[in-house]
Amino acid sequence: MAYTEEEVLAGLAEIVAEESGQPASAVVPSASFTDDLDIDSLSMMTIITHAEDKFDVRIPDEDVKNLSTVGDAVSYIAKAQA
Amino acid sequence: MNFAATVIGDVSERLTRPETKRMDPSAQYALASAREAWADAGSPEVDPERLGSVVSSGIGGIITTLDGWDTLRERGARRMLPTTVPMLMPNSPTAYISLDFNAQAGAHALVSACASGAEAIGYGVDMIRLGRADVVIAGGTEAVIHPMPLASFAASRTISLRNDDPAGASRPYDVDRDGFVIGEGAAVVILESAEHAAARGARVYAKIAGVGISADAYHITSPEPEGRGQIRAMRFAMEDAGISPRDVVHVNAHATSTKVGDMVEARAIRNLFASEADHIALSATKSMTGHLLGGAGALETLFTVKAVAERKAPPTINVDNPDPELDVPLVRDAPADLPAGDIAAVNNSFGFGGHNVALVVTNA
Repeated sequence: MAYTEEEVLAGLAEIVAEESGQPASAVVPSASFTDDLDIDSLSMMTIITHAEDKFDVRIPDEDVKNLSTVGDAVSYIAKAQA
Repeated sequence: MNFAATVIGDVSERLTRPETKRMDPSAQYALASAREAWADAGSPEVDPERLGSVVSSGIGGIITTLDGWDTLRERGARRMLPTTVPMLMPNSPTAYISLDFNAQAGAHALVSACASGAEAIGYGVDMIRLGRADVVIAGGTEAVIHPMPLASFAASRTISLRNDDPAGASRPYDVDRDGFVIGEGAAVVILESAEHAAARGARVYAKIAGVGISADAYHITSPEPEGRGQIRAMRFAMEDAGISPRDVVHVNAHATSTKVGDMVEARAIRNLFASEADHIALSATKSMTGHLLGGAGALETLFTVKAVAERKAPPTINVDNPDPELDVPLVRDAPADLPAGDIAAVNNSFGFGGHNVALVVTNA
């Protein structure tokens, strides 16, 4: 069963909040992982590992570098699971 | 697994959620302890380039290692977390402390099994003496309560099998001792040069006046039966401190509650101190804490510092029938008063591999 974009956002917000210590409410589509959420590359790879597990998708390393905002990640995951 | 005691409260309550996710339990204990020690020391103002960190474990982040192996086998390589290596590496606790306190004079993790925590404090003292730091955060930590390390220690016949009586299982110097009881946790002290401490009016509990280190070069797990290496470590520490055997009023023994090890140490103390051993208050605090392995040497140095500061040697519990061969006065069920005036105490810490560390503590 595919997750809607809203569900992906909610799930991703939970993962990012756990990893970054930021409140889940700060994990909005426009937020930049590096500039707004203070996510370094080690944390980003941790988030990707958890997201792949949670949404049952595969996010290759070459695509991770294009995911600069939360919105980018949400649309990527929503499409990838289709 | 049976537990002799569980500590009320969870270390994760004293750390942020991201901290607990990025750190092995051994690093969590160390960081929580370091913050406590730092606050207790009055959060000193230190030039970051003059602040060091020396915090060791004996085994490293083995719970992370084993969890990672489970993940790999059960769920495959894509589920491995990228934080696995920085969590399992044995320098992880000291590295996180260096990060947290901006300690730039050097971050070290000396590994010498169950002597690690004491060796870390000894190395911290050396850093100050060599002029490389004014303040050093030093200690030891361990988290190994997991079936694999327990089974490994059981296979080596070194842990107690008194499973019907967990609280009575750690009984150093009792005639019915049958091995040690594993504990978990960390102990951290703040070492400071005398000048730096005086300049800021720091409260000083005691001085680490001497460091003695030796290696048995005898056997990978058994102590050299005559305790020659242990004697050398204690003698070096006393020479380093410029004290003589008659100045020593208290020894915190390594005494883990093993049949062989406890008596090798007791005989080494008697041989070195000769008749002066008659006035030593000997304490074996692992009877109360269990054996924190890489954390033990730091925890027991902390106990030795408090014993000197408060002039009270801690008790040794569970000694229903003292080993008849023990001929050093053992502090049993109640604390023993230590004399007024200038006094010295020794903390002994020994480890698998033949590592011997003795630290001399004198009053402030």
